[in-house]
Amino acid sequence: MIVTSALIIWKALMCITGSESPVVVVLSESMEPGFKRGDILFLHMSKEPIRAGEIVVFNVDGREIPIVHRVIKVHERQDTGEVDVLTKGDNNPGDDRLLYAQGQHWLQRQHIMGRAVGFLPYVGWVTIIMTEKPIIKYILIGALGLLVITSKD
Amino acid sequence: MHSFGYRLNALLTFSVTILALMCAIASLSDNLNTPSPSAEIQIMNINWFQKQPQGNDEVSLTMNISADLQSLFTWNTKQVFIFVAAEYETPKNSLNQVSLWDAIIPAKEHAKFWIHTSNKYRFVDQGNSLRGKEFNLTLHWHVMPKTGKMFADKIVMTGYNLPEEYR
Repeated sequence: MIVTSALIIWKALMCITGSESPVVVVLSESMEPGFKRGDILFLHMSKEPIRAGEIVVFNVDGREIPIVHRVIKVHERQDTGEVDVLTKGDNNPGDDRLLYAQGQHWLQRQHIMGRAVGFLPYVGWVTIIMTEKPIIKYILIGALGLLVITSKD
Repeated sequence: MHSFGYRLNALLTFSVTILALMCAIASLSDNLNTPSPSAEIQIMNINWFQKQPQGNDEVSLTMNISADLQSLFTWNTKQVFIFVAAEYETPKNSLNQVSLWDAIIPAKEHAKFWIHTSNKYRFVDQGNSLRGKEFNLTLHWHVMPKTGKMFADKIVMTGYNLPEEYR
């Protein structure tokens, strides 16, 4: 019951938000006090141009974990409409240039996976615990499996 | 059919659904709020205005920022993030937005304020087109809720100018 409905909701969210991963878990304290570790963010990616103040999720080449920070500088080209974007975590003293790849000073549109549009507190702790203590993940999957096998439906 | 496992499963699903509904209603209640914020920014001084070694113009300025953002707060508001950005156009770029200063307002009592400050973040152009440039100063706010949808908007203030010559 739970598993099927969770899957349906996940797939529906993917369709509605038009994004590969419509939900991310906040992993660091760089956006506190707004977003704390364990919160989840709902993402949405539209064709609207990227503007200062938006909270975006982006990937840096060579890093597998996406980063969720705020856009503080935008430079949009006259001719091509392409943008150079600089981001910064609200709680960080400096901007994200240190996090970007070697020699990279700006983010472009292709690095950005989505904008954060909504948020739910605390719900993401389940994912963090399962990633950092895999034994709990195995116990949970084992228990769920046991439930499926022993149910008489 | 009445085993402990089934009851636990049904209870969990029900409580999670109710929680999700409550979060959604809390978020929807934010739509009932009609904010009426106001703000004013004065540039007190252009501290210096130089062309950097890499060829980009940079300005340092001191501003007086005063605002009343109390009407943005609802019971579902955790904090309001505000920032002041300079917006201008250059031959190379159709839009440039450079954040100069930001702050977090944690509660309604702090939402009516006045501050005298120099720019927190460097005002650097991509290129050297800033001499005599006319620009807008926009005060953006981002309402971050305790749960649900985030709202953002801005006030645009026009008519600011940079000096014709470096100093």
